[in-house]
Amino acid sequence: MGMMAFTGWILVTSVVAGLLGALTGLGGGVVIVPVLVLIFHVDMHYAIGASLISVIATSSGAAAAYVRDGYSNVRIGIFLEVATTLGALLGAYLTAKIATPAIGITFGLVLLYSAWSSFNRPPEELNVEHDSLASKLKLFGDYPVGNKRQEYTARRVPLGFGLMFSAGTLSGLLGIGSGAVKVLAMDRAMSLPFKVSTTTSNFMIGVTAAASAGLYLARGYVTPGLAAPVMLGVLIGSLIGSRTLVKINNRSLRLVFVLVIAVLGVEMIYSGATGRF
Amino acid sequence: MSWQADKKMDIVIGHMLRTGVTIAAVVVLTGWMLMVTRVTGPAPGYHHFHGVPAPVLKIAPVLDGVRQLQSASIIQLGILLLVLTPIFRVVFCVFGFAAQRDPLYVTVSAVVLTILVYSLVRG
Repeated sequence: MGMMAFTGWILVTSVVAGLLGALTGLGGGVVIVPVLVLIFHVDMHYAIGASLISVIATSSGAAAAYVRDGYSNVRIGIFLEVATTLGALLGAYLTAKIATPAIGITFGLVLLYSAWSSFNRPPEELNVEHDSLASKLKLFGDYPVGNKRQEYTARRVPLGFGLMFSAGTLSGLLGIGSGAVKVLAMDRAMSLPFKVSTTTSNFMIGVTAAASAGLYLARGYVTPGLAAPVMLGVLIGSLIGSRTLVKINNRSLRLVFVLVIAVLGVEMIYSGATGRF
Repeated sequence: MSWQADKKMDIVIGHMLRTGVTIAAVVVLTGWMLMVTRVTGPAPGYHHFHGVPAPVLKIAPVLDGVRQLQSASIIQLGILLLVLTPIFRVVFCVFGFAAQRDPLYVTVSAVVLTILVYSLVRG
């Protein structure tokens, strides 16, 4: 394949990955890495390097649209970023230490979990009760419901913080946003309202990825010829995806997307286990 | 109320981030177009990991390359600009919380900023 054709295909694939990532709410990273590795036979480290860059672009690019509604919570975001950035440092460090097949298998498991969790949204369990640690750390807020403002307070702060550390580690290890683990931490553990956790986590993804970027850049995981079309493609795809998100809320279409992600997960585990990376 | 101050801060940050991404994307696109139109012969394919010959983090060689209109260096400059956008967001948080006289969150933001700068400088 010539340079023009190869890079063109990577761009088109990245647009589709960004679109799929936005429509499933899982992010472009979890889709583009397996596609690059399994279909284009790109080295795992180059794939996660390119993906990490696209994750930063998507998070920062969507930020302006998310804050307008007033759901995101700056304090909760920056507080949990202490956990995610520390985790990301650990994850980025581990990427060089762990054998590539093991990274592939871990990636596959995260894909399967992501696919499963996007169908099992935790029930909304709004917390307004007093939580002394959350009060001390000012981890509360309110968001618009009709004309009124609904108040909420975070719960189980240490558990949420610990889970966010794991989310950061996975992000640094796999070059993804690890949205599924963030949902687990913020929705399930800390009982934050769904819209608050989704918009806040979008902000956090970019900062978390930036913490791994230093190590990725220094080790040469980010190769310009590959990172450029992946970053531009995923960015375009996710911007289109977030705009059409409201229109496509069809459950069966969603099922198809999630099945694609599950198949990619199985394939990553199989390829890792049979040493094909 | 601090909620309104937070929201105002959020909106400014949101626009700043989008501007940063736009600039970075234009720079990356420019470098990539140059790369695609210049390279002839088969694509590298990236099947095997070699590392990057010149570390991206050394800013001087990247800028030298940009001056010589080397496509890879222009892309690297765009990527560096992109990585800086979320870091600027955290810098802005430090000042925003300072303006709200919130020492706890000035400290929290400063801790995050230290981790990010450590990662980027130490590599």
